[in-house]
Formats: sequence, structure tokens, C-alpha cells
Amino acid sequence: MLSYQSIQELIEAAVEQDQCISDVVLADQAAALEQDPENLIQTMLQRLEVMRQAVEKGLADAGPSPSGLSGGAASSLRQALDKQQSVLDPVLVQVMAKALAVAEVNAKMGRIVAAPTAGSCGIIPGIVLTVGELQSISDRQIALSLFTASGFGLVIANRASLSGAEGGCQAECGSAAGMAAAAAVELMGGTPEQSAHACAIALKNCLGLVCDPVAGLVEVPCIKRNAGQAASALAAAEMALAGITSAIPVDEVIEAMKDVGNQMSVTLKETAAGGLAMTPTGQAVDARLTEDAASHLD
Amino acid sequence: MNCFDIMGPVMVGPSSSHTAGAVRIGRVARALAGQQPVRAVIRLHGSFAKTYRGHGTDRAILAGLLGFNPDDERIRISPRLCREAGLDYTLQQVALPGAHPNTAIIELECSDGRQTIVQGASTGGGRILIESINGLNVSFRGEYHTLVISHRDAPGVISRVTRQLAERHINIATMKVFRSFRGGTAVMIIETDEQIDPAVCDNIKHLTGVSQAIWIEPVMF
Ligand code: SF4
Repeated sequence: MLSYQSIQELIEAAVEQDQCISDVVLADQAAALEQDPENLIQTMLQRLEVMRQAVEKGLADAGPSPSGLSGGAASSLRQALDKQQSVLDPVLVQVMAKALAVAEVNAKMGRIVAAPTAGSCGIIPGIVLTVGELQSISDRQIALSLFTASGFGLVIANRASLSGAEGGCQAECGSAAGMAAAAAVELMGGTPEQSAHACAIALKNCLGLVCDPVAGLVEVPCIKRNAGQAASALAAAEMALAGITSAIPVDEVIEAMKDVGNQMSVTLKETAAGGLAMTPTGQAVDARLTEDAASHLD
Repeated sequence: MNCFDIMGPVMVGPSSSHTAGAVRIGRVARALAGQQPVRAVIRLHGSFAKTYRGHGTDRAILAGLLGFNPDDERIRISPRLCREAGLDYTLQQVALPGAHPNTAIIELECSDGRQTIVQGASTGGGRILIESINGLNVSFRGEYHTLVISHRDAPGVISRVTRQLAERHINIATMKVFRSFRGGTAVMIIETDEQIDPAVCDNIKHLTGVSQAIWIEPVMF
């Protein structure tokens, strides 16, 4: 049984057994849940399908969210892509468009997979579905990579936190990026160590990111943070696959993230009492929505 | 915690606390009413009252009252579905000093005129805490199969109830008793690992000193 107390444990197990991290996590989880591994793969395939449906829905729906604060970003990016107006490589634009799509579906009360949370739900689908398409990887293989992402997520949950209220956005969108980067490396045929470095790099690049949702809603800045962190995850995977290593081992980066989260003021941890939420515009939105809420109560 | 807690749950957004948790509070309230209510007054406190429109907290609670799960895409259209199902509702704001910021009080009336009042809080990550039933303070999260038994605070009632469970080899995970005053009304909350046979629930209902017994399925993902 794995303890999920360190990424090092996952890597050692994978290297020892000459397997991928996903194989190790899958076997362990099947034993822990007393289920056939095939059942777990089927459940993960269903989650992958929910992710894919959310991407499709989000790309097609340019309408506003119930608050009117967001909507249409995914479709704008897709249009730019169709018109070949991108500055970035189309792969990266696709990653971002998918991440935006899922995050927008979430804001519009659509069905998503919390990965690891609802606020950060676009990052992992954006990465694994785009890399999967790019490399013509089977759904089964993509689903397996989600076990790798989960294994990394379990360690982060155990050693630090996955919640914005506890650790700021670094813990939500940052963790999702770290998990996505690890999965992307595995999908690209990288080694377990490279997955660990990718996760470390992605986490380091967002250390200190605060949780400051305008009016307390999971929209501003959350939706675009999904796109930004997805791009960061892909960049981290690219670096790790090229052999770039993180000077600080991933387990220590996770500890650092926890430490930063602990030092972060509560005003920057989902309370909407600091950061973007307290800007004049953020405050005006908050006042408008508060008034709107009151006017709809009996 | 396992891999599907991390890569999951599958849920309707946008917020695990303000949407998914709110569905669950609604579900528990419906279960406690024992049937589909015909009237509901939903009182929102704190962050629930402030952000319910953007988070769809109102629609989530209504969806719960219709018996939906947190991953049901019909949550978004639950107000219309409530009207179609003959469930009249009103939404109000309430200030509850000291209460958790994500608290709702749900007053339900069934077609037989019976009323049920439930206060619940969504405490983060979709977890909930039911804090009072019909004015009596209680405390349970809906993570287990839960038996909610209204009874008289009198000697012997508790042992009669637990005997019923023991005879069916149902293991009690946790058990709490809450009473209004000595000899007054009381509520027993029993959480079990196993599913509870409706027949057992029925037997308990007919025990001396017991006025009501309701079995609630786990409402976690
Ligand atoms: S800003 Fe806060 S609410 Fe928004 S995604 Fe980040 S952690 Fe979640």
C-alpha cells in the first residue's frame, strides 16, 4: 500500500517495478478500494467523458453566466484559432480554450469533474485532452494518466492542501497545474522522475498565488486562471521532457506551498476580502450583485 | 481519500460549498419531510444570502427538495421543475448571529399539512452539517446511512431502538441523542455502515415512546 505522503514514494515504486506512475497508483487504489483495476479504469473513463462533454459544451456556448460576470471566453479563443490569428502555437491555444470552456461550463451550472476542485476544473481536461489528440493517444491511456494526476493530487492533499480557503489559489489551480504537468509528461512518454520535475516546476511558478474571487463567485479571476495555469502546466511539462530539472525536489516544493499558504492572510484565502475582490471594480460588482440578490428575495 | 476524491466528484458547478452542498441540504430536508413537499420557505443566511444568485444556491436547494443529486444537470432548471411538480416556494433572507456563513433554514409543508423545519450548513468541499430539526438542535453530516428518530425522553426508549438494530445485525457507527428538556421531546441520530431495511425503520416507528423514524441515505458523492 502506498502512503501518498511523498511523490518520491510514487517514483521509487514505479522505478522499482519498471512501470509508469499510473500503473502503480492504479494497482494501489484497486487494492485499497477492494476493486478490480478494470472497474477503476472504467470509472475514470466515465470521468474523462464528463470532461470531454464539458469541453464541447463550453466551446459551443458563448452565453453569459448567471451573474453576468463571465462567459464567451472559450468561444473567443476558438474563433481566434479558427482564423489563425494566434500568437501562440495552436496546441497551447487549444489547451487554454479547453480549460476556459470547462471553467465556463462550471460557472454556468453545467456538469464538470472537480479536478481537484470545481474552481480549477478546466486545467487537467485542457491538458490531457489536447495532448491526447495531438499524439492520437487512446482514451484508455488518457484515463490512466488521470491516475498519475490523482496520485500527485493525493500527496499534495496529504502534505499541503487542495483548497483555496486553506492554501490560496496556488493550492487549487496551482495543484491542478502540477497534477496536469505530471500527467502530460507520462502521456508524452517521459519518465516518472520527469513527471515529478514537471509538477515541481508548475507549482514553483505559481507559489503565492492568492484566492481572491470577485463577489465570492468562482468566475473572476478563476476562469482565466484555469487557462493561465493550464498553459503553465504545459510549459512545465515541456521543460521536464527536455531534461530540465527542478533544483528543489517536488516534495520540498509541496512543503513550501503549504508554508506559503499558512503565511497567507485569510483575506487572500477565498474570503473575497483582499486582492482583486477588493479593487474598486471588484467592489462595484459585489455591490451590484448583493443588491440584485436582495431584490430577488421575498 | 482515494483517487476519485481527487479526480472528482462529478458535480454541477460552480461551487462545491454553495452548489453541491446546498443540493445535499435540500435532499436531507426532503428526506426528513418523508415525502415530496408542496410548500417550501427557504431562508438563506450569510454568504448563501449574498451570493446565491451567482452560485445557484437557491436552485441547488430546490433540486435537493426534488430529490436530485449534486451531479444532476437539471439543477439549473429546478425552479421550473418545482412549479411543475406542484412545489410552491419562497426565498427569504435571514440573519442568524453566530451561524456558519453558508447556512439555510428550510421550512417544508407536505400535502397532509405536516411541517418540517431543517437548518443546515455547507461547511466546505460539499460537506454539510444538519444543525436542527423542528427547532431541536442536532448534528449530523449525512455521510452514513442515518436514522433520525423522534421520541420521548424516557427510560428504555433508546435500548428498545438499539435492540431492533442489533437483532438485524446492523452495526451502529455513531449515535447521538438530543433532547429539548428532561422528559420532553428528543431526537436520536443513529449512523450505520449498512443500509437500513425499511421494515426495521417501520418497527422502530411503532416502538413505545417513538413518534417518528426516518431513514436517510448517505448524501455524499
Ligand atoms: S481564485 Fe480562489 S475560487 Fe478562484 S479558482 Fe482560485 S482558489 Fe478557486
